[in-house]
Amino acid sequence: MNINTNSYTYIFAIAMVIIVASLLSIAATSLKPFQDKNIELEKKSDILSSIGVVGEDPELLFNEYITDQLVIQDGKVVSSEITAFDIDMAAAVKESNNTRKVPLFKAKKNGNTFYVIPMRGTGLWGPIWGYVSLKGDGNTILGASFDHEKETPGLGAEISTPIFQDQFPDKVLFSETRDGIEVRKGDAYGSQQVDGISGGTITSVGVQTMLEDCLIPYKEFLLNLSVDEIEMPADSILSVVLN
Amino acid sequence: MEMSKPKEALFSKKNRGLLKDPMNVNNPITVQVLGICSALAITVKLKPAIVMSLSVIVVMALANVITSLMRNMIPNRIRIIVQLVVVATLVILVDQVLKAFVYDVSKQLSVFVGLIITNCIIMGRIEAFSLGNSPWKSFLDGIGNGASYGLILIVVSFFRELLGNGTLYDYPVVEKLGLYELGYHNNGMMLLPPMALIVVALIIWWQRSKTPSLIEKD
Repeated sequence: MNINTNSYTYIFAIAMVIIVASLLSIAATSLKPFQDKNIELEKKSDILSSIGVVGEDPELLFNEYITDQLVIQDGKVVSSEITAFDIDMAAAVKESNNTRKVPLFKAKKNGNTFYVIPMRGTGLWGPIWGYVSLKGDGNTILGASFDHEKETPGLGAEISTPIFQDQFPDKVLFSETRDGIEVRKGDAYGSQQVDGISGGTITSVGVQTMLEDCLIPYKEFLLNLSVDEIEMPADSILSVVLN
Repeated sequence: MEMSKPKEALFSKKNRGLLKDPMNVNNPITVQVLGICSALAITVKLKPAIVMSLSVIVVMALANVITSLMRNMIPNRIRIIVQLVVVATLVILVDQVLKAFVYDVSKQLSVFVGLIITNCIIMGRIEAFSLGNSPWKSFLDGIGNGASYGLILIVVSFFRELLGNGTLYDYPVVEKLGLYELGYHNNGMMLLPPMALIVVALIIWWQRSKTPSLIEKD
């Protein structure tokens, strides 16, 4: 058979495409459950690492440490048909401030209560996201972790490194002058300021905007946390906030 | 019962050459200088380098076998497209499998798995070898070239991770040896792409000094 005729070439190409397409769709569908599970586990271990829990089995640790998952809308806890964990932050942040439903994870570690807030915003080249964990007063930061999709390595991508993230613990989110954390150039000494990344200004500002934007729905809820929920010794920052 | 034409042994001298030659005199990276781009990108640490090597070996061996099986059916005019489709399909499969079973590694490799498609070594071997040879020979050729690509990757990442990060396969070697207390510092420059090129160049230098046949006459 002459394999170089036009008709043979067409038939060969069509057959090849059909075989390849069905092969790939079978593979994609059959592997999907495993991939979704991995994404879920990653999310759980991200939430856990923001309160300083790192371990082999995120599934188990998540059930152990995360005591409650709340859905917050406009400063109040609301009921929702989807669980807090399954809320898609990418879709949620697109809604306006008072209609969006956002998740809040309540964790208990060594007898202390912590709150974990998921964040999502925009960097220079694509989305950035992270988790900010708060101490029992709902204002002092315990830890923050950020990640990104395609920020420039060495510049914007530095938001996912300890150099940037280690500045956040013990800063406060709400005060009379500002809600959120200001990313400064150089002189970040205040309790609501962190030092930005040289060469990563747009990403740094993206983090600041993300914090400000994502905090809005939680503000009322966090500031109204009743005193009996606060089990930690009240330090100086705490008393300022409560006044 | 004798065959009219004696069948070649599975591992005849010629076939062993298919496996061995790419390791040295025909090394795709250090002699043919192909596949350099990924050699720069994923040799910062051993673990992703090893996974990348395994992925490339699998893709290259399978792609070689498949195209070799089809070599008498592929219309000449669309053969490059067919080769691309075969490689791309395999790469997508590898990517999906990695995402399902070694998620953290697949995140580190991210775009580079997709870039296996454009790895010139793979297309080069298909076009130059498997379209004209039997599946078994093509398989050996694929394994040989994939493994020698991987060998260079692993050697380069060994030095980059050890000198740049002080670890090997994420094990803190330097810390355990107590060198930091003696004032040793990691060389951060080893982590930057140019150092991969320099390490590859040093390997080429060493290889040439050991292998007279690679040295040009003048």
